[in-house]
Amino acid sequence: MSGITDLLSVHPVLQGLAPAFLNHIAECAHQREIPAGTQILTEGDTASHFFLIRTGKVALQTSSPSTKVETFQTLGGSDFIGVSWLAPPYRLAFDAVAMTDVSAIMFDARCLRAKCENDHALGYALMQVFVPAIIERLKCARLKALDLYAVTNP
Amino acid sequence: MTTAHAKTIFTSEPFIPSWAKVASIYAEMGNAWTLQFEVPEGQDVPTFQPGQFAMLYAFGIGEAAISHSGSAAPRESLRFTIRPTGATTCALTRLSVGDTVGIRGPFGRGWPLEQAQDRDLIIMAGGLGLAPIRPVLKNIQMARTSPRRTALIYGARQPEHILYRDEFDDWAASGVEVHQIVDRATGAWDGAVGLVTHLVPKVSLDFENMVAFLCGPEVMMRFSAIALEDAGLPAERIWLSMERNMKCAIGHCGHCQFGPAFVCKEGPVFRFDQIRTNLFCKEI
Repeated sequence: MSGITDLLSVHPVLQGLAPAFLNHIAECAHQREIPAGTQILTEGDTASHFFLIRTGKVALQTSSPSTKVETFQTLGGSDFIGVSWLAPPYRLAFDAVAMTDVSAIMFDARCLRAKCENDHALGYALMQVFVPAIIERLKCARLKALDLYAVTNP
Repeated sequence: MTTAHAKTIFTSEPFIPSWAKVASIYAEMGNAWTLQFEVPEGQDVPTFQPGQFAMLYAFGIGEAAISHSGSAAPRESLRFTIRPTGATTCALTRLSVGDTVGIRGPFGRGWPLEQAQDRDLIIMAGGLGLAPIRPVLKNIQMARTSPRRTALIYGARQPEHILYRDEFDDWAASGVEVHQIVDRATGAWDGAVGLVTHLVPKVSLDFENMVAFLCGPEVMMRFSAIALEDAGLPAERIWLSMERNMKCAIGHCGHCQFGPAFVCKEGPVFRFDQIRTNLFCKEI
């Protein structure tokens, strides 16, 4: 477990989280090596896991019948994949695909949620980790909705 | 007078356009055209500062303010990249080689290149906002401006809309740290997707001793300026190129008024701390 805890302690997403909390959440974590091209998360599935990316690049994607698969965000070594595990109905909204070989730490969401339920201090600390990132993603989505670089055809 | 103007590219009379002929037209990606104008033999090459603009006159239609996107090299000093968004810019992009336009300028205050000397320089450009930045990059390539290190963050709507796509490798070869990011992508794009601000932490420059040049959609510039400030860059070292509806280009008519300033005369390049209030004031 100490190996995972060491990896967690140096990950940018978890900077500031107390060592005791790191030891606690490490019990829900596993190291994963994901080959390029792997579909890591699939839209509509239950959000049973989320990932901290250590190295590599991941594309968040969606598609519709009239368009090709569209990447709307790429994530890298200081990011995490998956927010749907945080709140009911725990349903994934988008696909995540490894653009390169990815080294990641995978968390069992049910395990982590149970720990948060039993230890609200841990739950609050994790919310302080994830909420700013979620706000940043919301800002990103709103700015994209403005289509700042739109090319007009008069 | 008419004959004299026909032989002169830029005149000292700011309201009187000179003539220039279209030497080449190049269709850029993302519905934009780059026009190169011919400098008549025997005439002095008009000099401009990177970031300045000219008024291009499509005869019988009107004038539009277009930023210089050429380099200081004589053969491309009169080069402009134009997106057709109105009657005049549509007319300009429909010109053919050999057609004539009127040109006034250069006008305005350009990029403060002296501020970048011996400092790190971060350039954040979005969409067609790369055009007024290109002369800065050409200056760096030609060692006319020598920042310690330069990073370019360029954002576009999608990979197919990346402006000057053939030049990024040359800029990188000249030592510029190049980052590209798009709003959305399909197909083979293996670069970054997201907001330009997401790349600020990835730039390996010294924020303690750096200046920033920003050019692009105004909302993009606002968020980029704040992201740079949050990263530790003081507002007085952040410069933005503003865009307003310019008519006279010399600060007489007031069409381009931006708070107490005229963009055509005191801009288009402004220091962030000097325009911050108006930049965040709605409908100015």
